[in-house]
Amino acid sequence: MSKSVERVAPFLFGLTALALWQGAVWMTHTPSYVVPGPLKILRAFYDSRTALGAGLLSTLAVTGAALLASTILGVFLAVAMAASSFFRAAIQPWAVILQVTPVVAIAPLIIIWVGQPFLALVVCAVVVSFFAILSNTAAGLAATPPELLDLFLLNGATRWQILFQLSLPYALPFFLTGLRLAGTLALVGAVVAEFVAGSGGFASGLAWQIIEASYRLQIPRMFAALLLLGAAGIVIYAVLGVLERVVLTRRDGA
Amino acid sequence: MFTLRHVAKHFGDGMKALEDITAEIPPGSFVALLGPSGCGKSTLLRLLSGLEMPSSGEISWGHTGKPAPGEIGYVFQDPTLLPWANAAENVYLPLRLRRESWSSAMPRVHTALAQVGLEGFEQSKPKGLSGGMRMRVSIARALVSEPALLLMDEPFAALDEFTRHKLQDDLLALWRRTGKTVVFVTHSIYEAAYLANRILIMTPRPGRIAATLTPNLPVGVERRNSPAYHALVSEITASFQRIMPA
Ligand SMILES: Nc1ncnc2c1ncn2[C@@H]1O[C@H](COP(=O)(O)OP(=O)(O)OP(=O)(O)O)[C@@H](O)[C@H]1O
Ligand SMILES: [Mg+2]
Repeated sequence: MSKSVERVAPFLFGLTALALWQGAVWMTHTPSYVVPGPLKILRAFYDSRTALGAGLLSTLAVTGAALLASTILGVFLAVAMAASSFFRAAIQPWAVILQVTPVVAIAPLIIIWVGQPFLALVVCAVVVSFFAILSNTAAGLAATPPELLDLFLLNGATRWQILFQLSLPYALPFFLTGLRLAGTLALVGAVVAEFVAGSGGFASGLAWQIIEASYRLQIPRMFAALLLLGAAGIVIYAVLGVLERVVLTRRDGA
Repeated sequence: MFTLRHVAKHFGDGMKALEDITAEIPPGSFVALLGPSGCGKSTLLRLLSGLEMPSSGEISWGHTGKPAPGEIGYVFQDPTLLPWANAAENVYLPLRLRRESWSSAMPRVHTALAQVGLEGFEQSKPKGLSGGMRMRVSIARALVSEPALLLMDEPFAALDEFTRHKLQDDLLALWRRTGKTVVFVTHSIYEAAYLANRILIMTPRPGRIAATLTPNLPVGVERRNSPAYHALVSEITASFQRIMPA
């Protein structure tokens, strides 16, 4: 099969599936509050474009802020854990506990404690996403070749020189992998927190679009919001993947 | 003169890596540390670098105290270059760590790269270099601070035979030109016989020095085929047959 055929194959498959779906909905007269056809969903996209767009932007703002905060927190903790085994022993179990606790379970508490709604959502998304950056960066810091460490010591390098000229640059590929994972995790964390906040009366983000549509039985709009959410996840993952490749080939390429 | 006096190294779990090593490394000599895997060659090299302390005994670098930064050049089995830095930046590294500016270091960086035959490759990153060229950069990095002692830990073991022969010849020429003191770890009898003018033969663990040879082979292209070289290989082989458990 030629390259160009391979390129269009997924779209052909998608279009065929959509056509079959639409045909099945028409022929079986399925009401749109059970399963809407693609055309109905497209219509819902158009009709609610303002609300959906605002919801998407708000969710992305939470995700972006959380990713930034997770990066700072995760890298800082990873460096501190690499520098001090006491700190590592003190922090590691708590980081793991925070990681394995479902965010739905602690989101109500965070929302009450933090008060400011946007900040509360960001904190929830950070709780879900920072561990990916922390653990990947820590693995990268530990992967510094011991021979290079010896070479640095033989030339009288200070701790800071070792950190900034050796360990952190060596950890960069690991960090970027962590960042890519954290991107989608932050999105998931943001939406889960929005669900919890929404049921508590703070309406925002794509989650609220889904909740509201379900209250009103606007199933096509619900599908539209879900599709938007999925697309946002894919785009975040793809963009961070491209960032990873570009940064590393620019840095290490011949 | 670098000297080791009754040096022993034991590790935490009671493992005896080295026992009672006494040896001299005269200035300008090319010393080969030859022994089977696990006999403590790398450990001995790390002791000589000052990175690790002996459990007992003494090491002297010809002055009181430990080596100063840059006094020791170290070449590892893998080139261990910084993948994000080009050849010139990699060679500059030891000087940069000692806070020398690029403009004052640059002439020495270029000299070191020229010494290993890498003029014109200053801008190449490790990914764009062959295994042999990466090892050359690694040697240049060890030479750039003009160390009093050059330590090499099986630097050519991972290279193919042709590249290895070329690098051996170039290293010998470099050593004759510069008069550097070299300690070269290898587990190849042929490599030790070809390169060194002082061969320390080590026993299996715990490593001791079983014999010291001071060969004097002809200089030049005929060395690899000279009868003296082949006689030396046989002599070393015979002494290993005496010390290795059957
Ligand atoms: N930091 C360490 N802690 C504990 N044991 C060690 C340490 N470093 C080396 N050893 C042990 O000391 C012994 C000698 O090791 P060394 O690496 O010096 O051998 P070698 O002669 O260089 O072997 P090779 O030819 O395989 O490189 C080995 O048994 C090794 O496991
Ligand atoms: Mg070794």
